[in-house]
Amino acid sequence: MPHGDRRQGRLLLALLALCLPLGAAGLIAGSQGWSLSDLAGPDAALIVGQIRAPRTLGAWLVGALLGLAGAVAQGLFRNPLADPYLLGSASGASLAVVLVLAASSFAGHAMSLATADLLARIGLVVAGFVGALAGVLLTLVLARGAQQTTRLLLAGVVVGVMLGAGSDLVTTISPEALRGKQTFMLGSTGFLGWPSVALMALGLAVSLPLAWRLARVLDALTLGVESAESLGLALPRLRAVLVGVLALSTGIAVSQAGLVAFVGLVSPHLVRRFAPAPHGYTLVASSAAGGALLLAADVLARSLIVPQELPVGVLTALLGGSYLLWLLHRRGVR
Amino acid sequence: MRRAEGLRHGAMLRGDGLHVSLGGTPVLHGVTLDVAPGWTAIVGPNGAGKSTLLRLLAGLLTPSAGRVLLQGRALAGWPAAERARQIAWLAQQGEASGELTVREIVHLGRLPHLGLFTTPRAADERIVDDAMAATECLAWQHRRLHELSGGERQRALLARALAVQAPVLLLDEPTTHLDPPHQVALVRLCQRLVRERAGQAVVSVLHDLPLALQADRILVLQAGRVCAAGAHDDAAVHEALIAVFDGAIRIERLGARFIATPNLEG
Repeated sequence: MPHGDRRQGRLLLALLALCLPLGAAGLIAGSQGWSLSDLAGPDAALIVGQIRAPRTLGAWLVGALLGLAGAVAQGLFRNPLADPYLLGSASGASLAVVLVLAASSFAGHAMSLATADLLARIGLVVAGFVGALAGVLLTLVLARGAQQTTRLLLAGVVVGVMLGAGSDLVTTISPEALRGKQTFMLGSTGFLGWPSVALMALGLAVSLPLAWRLARVLDALTLGVESAESLGLALPRLRAVLVGVLALSTGIAVSQAGLVAFVGLVSPHLVRRFAPAPHGYTLVASSAAGGALLLAADVLARSLIVPQELPVGVLTALLGGSYLLWLLHRRGVR
Repeated sequence: MRRAEGLRHGAMLRGDGLHVSLGGTPVLHGVTLDVAPGWTAIVGPNGAGKSTLLRLLAGLLTPSAGRVLLQGRALAGWPAAERARQIAWLAQQGEASGELTVREIVHLGRLPHLGLFTTPRAADERIVDDAMAATECLAWQHRRLHELSGGERQRALLARALAVQAPVLLLDEPTTHLDPPHQVALVRLCQRLVRERAGQAVVSVLHDLPLALQADRILVLQAGRVCAAGAHDDAAVHEALIAVFDGAIRIERLGARFIATPNLEG
């Protein structure tokens, strides 16, 4: 057996094992620093059970969804720099969120993301989800399906620019929406409650097995699109399913946590670097890597400048960006 | 190696009056050919339409007029997986990329037989081993494609095409990046394939004339039309070859075979 198999097992184990200390840290990291007494205090059920536990679990799920989406995108588009946000989900979600914020401020109940009550939060999350899916659908319509990669990527860029301009227009008319939009664009795990966790767990439970079943399609695509076709694969249909997985996992993640940058791009890279393997493994490991990365970033974001909290998206952008820069500097991106 | 079942002798794959345009430019103007068991080399100047013809035969392109028949049935009507078991196609190099090892790449050749969800059996492993042995890449079967030299990649990808064990094998410029010993090995491999497996057809686009002259039959293509087609020792084929290459080559007999050399006197 090639020694690569052992490396693959070790990496996956390490990524999953890492979640235990990180998860524990997520439970005791509070706004006043790390404190074990939170776990036993009178408000423990509320603070830990209703705020920190769903947030910690949710952070892992956002990362896992993005890690999976990144691995699917890079395999599907045959491009190691492909990003899960390529298909317009991010701009669609942010336009929808801005629209809801603006509409509610016109209606007189000015609500911002930071102070919104549970109902408003769920409203934004639903809007984000619908917007993300609408962005992807618009991209697919413009590209006339998922058959042609170049057209799909171009349509994604066009949709990103147009919907981005749309949100800019709305925030110009209704400046109250600007702050909420900013929070959303920065990416944050601060709003994740149990409903979010349930939705994301469901999303991952659907998209990960589906992608894993189609991993050999991504393997065959490494030979080139025509070679994959010559192997008898019904590519139009299979690619449509994979684009669906990509849209679903990204759309759910974006709608719950905003634009968490670079996790989807970096996770597959990390996995390929330490344990290169066929896609069946890469998809699972990249998901685990994304979860561990975002969990770590979330704990850091909460504890670096107590009592302030950094937007986790800013942190992932800094860390992920530095990693890619180092990778580029070291040997170029394959 | 086992022979595929259900083979018929005679033309197994037939192109009939094939016209095709790429990006609005006509590339093939009514090409008709029969692919019979044996080794056929497609030869012609750059831009003659050789690779396009091979794509049509593989079912990867749809002709704007004319049709391709596989065992008498229109190729477009074949279910994709069944077609893929009958026709293996090796792309011109350059497209393949990624983290898969040589063995994993060659395993992809079993996809038409296994489908996406079946795990390979011992027989598949044996076929994969045989394919890698045939192109001499067993020794580095666990190295990754991007770690290999151009010639090694070509041999790995060729083994992938062999692992399909299709009765029709279409090879687009299979000698690219190969050093002379491996070019000769490829010629021997093509000759052995058609000798050992009854009914086996190999069609290769070749830019290297001395190698092409080792095939059983030669199809000369120029500007999207067939100039000549016939046995390797057919004088009409030799004349057509010299004509399409503007007299820049000479063809001479050497023992039982013919060889092409550059004509430096013109």
